[in-house]
Amino acid sequence: MDLFQQLTQYAFSGLSTGAIYALIGLGFAIIYNATGIINFAQGEFVMLGGMLTYFFLTVLKFPFPVAMTAAVLVSTAAGATFERLTIRPLKKPTPLSLVIITIGGSIFIRGIAMLIWGKDTHALPPFSGNEPLTIAGATILPQNLWIFGITVLVIAVNKFFFYYTINGKAMRACSYNRTAASLVGIDVRRMVLLSFAISSTLGSMAGIIIAPLTMTAYDVGIMLGLKGFCAAIIGGMSSGIGTVLGGLLLGLLESFGAGLISSGYKDAIAFIILLLILFIRPQGLFSKAQTERV
Amino acid sequence: MLRVEGVTQVFGGITALEDVTFGVRKGEITGVIGPNGAGKTTLFNIITGLYSRTAGKVFLEERDISGFTPERLAPQGLVRTFQNIEMFGQMTVLENVLVGLHTRSRSGMISCAFKLPGHLREERRMREEALRWLEFCGIADLAGTTAGALPFGKCRLVEIARAMAVGPKILLMDEPAAGLNSRETSELDGLIRKIRANEVTVVLVEHDMELVMDICDSIVVLNLGRKLAEGTPRQIQENPEVIKAYLGEG
Amino acid sequence: MKRDYLLFLLFTLIVLVAPAAFKGGYLLNVLVFMGINTMLAVALNLLLGFAGQISLGHAAFFGLGAYISGILTATHGLNPWLTMLIAAVVVGILAFVLGFPILKLKGHYLAMATLGFGIIIYIVFNETVDTTGGPSGLTGIPNLKLGSLTFDGDMKNYYLIWVFTLVTMLLSINLAHSRIGRALRAIHDSEVASRVMGVNARLLKVQVFTLSAIISAVAGSLYAHTMTFISPASFGFNFSVELVTMVIIGGLGSIFGSFLGAALLTLLPEMLRVVQDYDIVVYGLLLILMTMFMPGGLVRGIPAAALALLAKMSGEKVRNAEG
Repeated sequence: MDLFQQLTQYAFSGLSTGAIYALIGLGFAIIYNATGIINFAQGEFVMLGGMLTYFFLTVLKFPFPVAMTAAVLVSTAAGATFERLTIRPLKKPTPLSLVIITIGGSIFIRGIAMLIWGKDTHALPPFSGNEPLTIAGATILPQNLWIFGITVLVIAVNKFFFYYTINGKAMRACSYNRTAASLVGIDVRRMVLLSFAISSTLGSMAGIIIAPLTMTAYDVGIMLGLKGFCAAIIGGMSSGIGTVLGGLLLGLLESFGAGLISSGYKDAIAFIILLLILFIRPQGLFSKAQTERV
Repeated sequence: MLRVEGVTQVFGGITALEDVTFGVRKGEITGVIGPNGAGKTTLFNIITGLYSRTAGKVFLEERDISGFTPERLAPQGLVRTFQNIEMFGQMTVLENVLVGLHTRSRSGMISCAFKLPGHLREERRMREEALRWLEFCGIADLAGTTAGALPFGKCRLVEIARAMAVGPKILLMDEPAAGLNSRETSELDGLIRKIRANEVTVVLVEHDMELVMDICDSIVVLNLGRKLAEGTPRQIQENPEVIKAYLGEG
Repeated sequence: MKRDYLLFLLFTLIVLVAPAAFKGGYLLNVLVFMGINTMLAVALNLLLGFAGQISLGHAAFFGLGAYISGILTATHGLNPWLTMLIAAVVVGILAFVLGFPILKLKGHYLAMATLGFGIIIYIVFNETVDTTGGPSGLTGIPNLKLGSLTFDGDMKNYYLIWVFTLVTMLLSINLAHSRIGRALRAIHDSEVASRVMGVNARLLKVQVFTLSAIISAVAGSLYAHTMTFISPASFGFNFSVELVTMVIIGGLGSIFGSFLGAALLTLLPEMLRVVQDYDIVVYGLLLILMTMFMPGGLVRGIPAAALALLAKMSGEKVRNAEG
């Protein structure tokens, strides 16, 4: 494979993982924008997507599409329950207590997953077979195309939801100014619940579409969650295109870094980028810079 | 004592302050008044180092302090209190005032960790002085109470005691009468006079006109980010522009 | 304040005579770990409980201390005490330099940045196989020696570790009741107001961050020389979260609370040994429940619960002063 083909290969695989990071990152951004909370447990809903699909598929023997849908639904319900049981009753929501409770939640969910399904990794079947395709000299799997396609679809639905439906607009109102939103009659608490539910949906979907490529296990949530968060930070916590670009950029940098420099440090790339962004431009690369009235 | 020159502040598309210039004389109580949105708190925040202003200068005793951060202003003798009372809620009243003495003490981490003798002597001195400032404000009996548990009026007094402990030459108070009932306000009146008698120049942002007209030697009026008028209370009360700004046209 | 010192005296006495009650063996080994964990928890408490700055990467400083000390002794034959000093200095410099940009961040962003830092260090430990031995760890780390006394057994290690831990606790109590301690707590309650009072919040935060890192590094060095074997697994995100849990469960801002938290979390895996796999679940649940119901930690929660119970038993209604 010549250099150009190699680079194209890296680019494709980078965009592919980047799309996953984008979906997970959107989950972080949506919750953050509606509530000001960083949900450390986000990664676990990604894990649940994959693991539940595996469970429904192989143990309960549901047909594949049904298994996936059921997994997404259960994960969404889990996300909503999580918000109801742990976030809503919190009397003193300081940043520290929110961090701790969401970390506690993520550990708890991971623990339950481990108890139920053990520590083994499981594979999900790819959606449409394993025959690699060649595009521009690089090999990609059909699953990668599914990932791109579904991500684009999700982004479109996301945009539609936030800009054209009443609930979506209400959530955006909450993120701009919570007090004002509640004063015009928006049920802020319901918006919070909704944001958690949507994020779990996005997260679990991300978990399902990547599982055929990277397997799934009880602990995949941690890294995926953190990288999704990096994507959101790069994107300036935007609930839209900013985070998507952030995810894609992260995926590309990771892929090129691993391919051209060293694969052992692949995971470190995301965090080094995270630190650089937080130090130099905490509002992200793709957000509109705002002058804030203190 | 304090001079503000050509201060302009722009936020995004809004000009909060435009070319504001005025002076504060040493040993006087100066009031800054104006309708809501006039830019009073923005002005305060700029003088006290919490915002970096867009343009203009601030001078303290003819030294340029434009852009100085709050922690640099305290040793220079400039302290402020807050409209919303930034209390150290988890600490006792005495401890709150002791923090005010931070710039007047020196023990560093090593000295404190190892309880060196210099540190102990300093602690004792600080406690005595802190109590004196609590007495000054009439709340010595609250020394051991947790600050967060106090009613609003008492918190105000703690904040003032704390600010005075820093040993300021000039004290800027942001709406000190806000949230006080009339009895507490007249007590505040007396306290501010006492502060002036202690050779501290006072600048107040205030809405309580009675208080302002009563104790201020000089008043600056802001409206829509510009200085509208400057003068004695009498002059301000009779100034037609000021009346128009507050009451509107005809 | 006097109460804290009396309590410390009592605590010291208990620590000194405790080994006699546990005649050697396994429990003594657990108590050694408890000492290290207490030292780490107290160090983190200075940053988290007093100054109110979240760090989810403190295991990195612990690990750096362990590896620097371990590598310099095992591979290069330097004196262990010297390497402890070197580790403290190197980690101190790193923390000081890192502190400035990282402590400009607040809340969630600070948490994430420290998390990221911790993970980067963890990956470095794993990847630099030639220096650190990679995932299989570093062996052959020599014990500490004092003259003819070699610290190579549980009993000796116990006293070695606990001397350091007690000193750390004492210095921290001193700091808590001092001008610096007040300044830190002021920063926590209202950074703006503390700055108006003249507290150089930025510098002080970096200083306490550095102090916290140095103490953790020394603990790491002690850990390396008593275990004689270290591996990256002990210094990852999981342990950083455990440390934060210890501090929170014990009670933010309470030195003795940190001991309680460290003690509980050191004993928990032992108690759950029978139901091994449940430990993660229990741990997560503990975090959630503690945050929801006992945000002040055990140090405030237990007395409060005891008082409430007593009041109920004597039939009176307790007026809750916190409202």
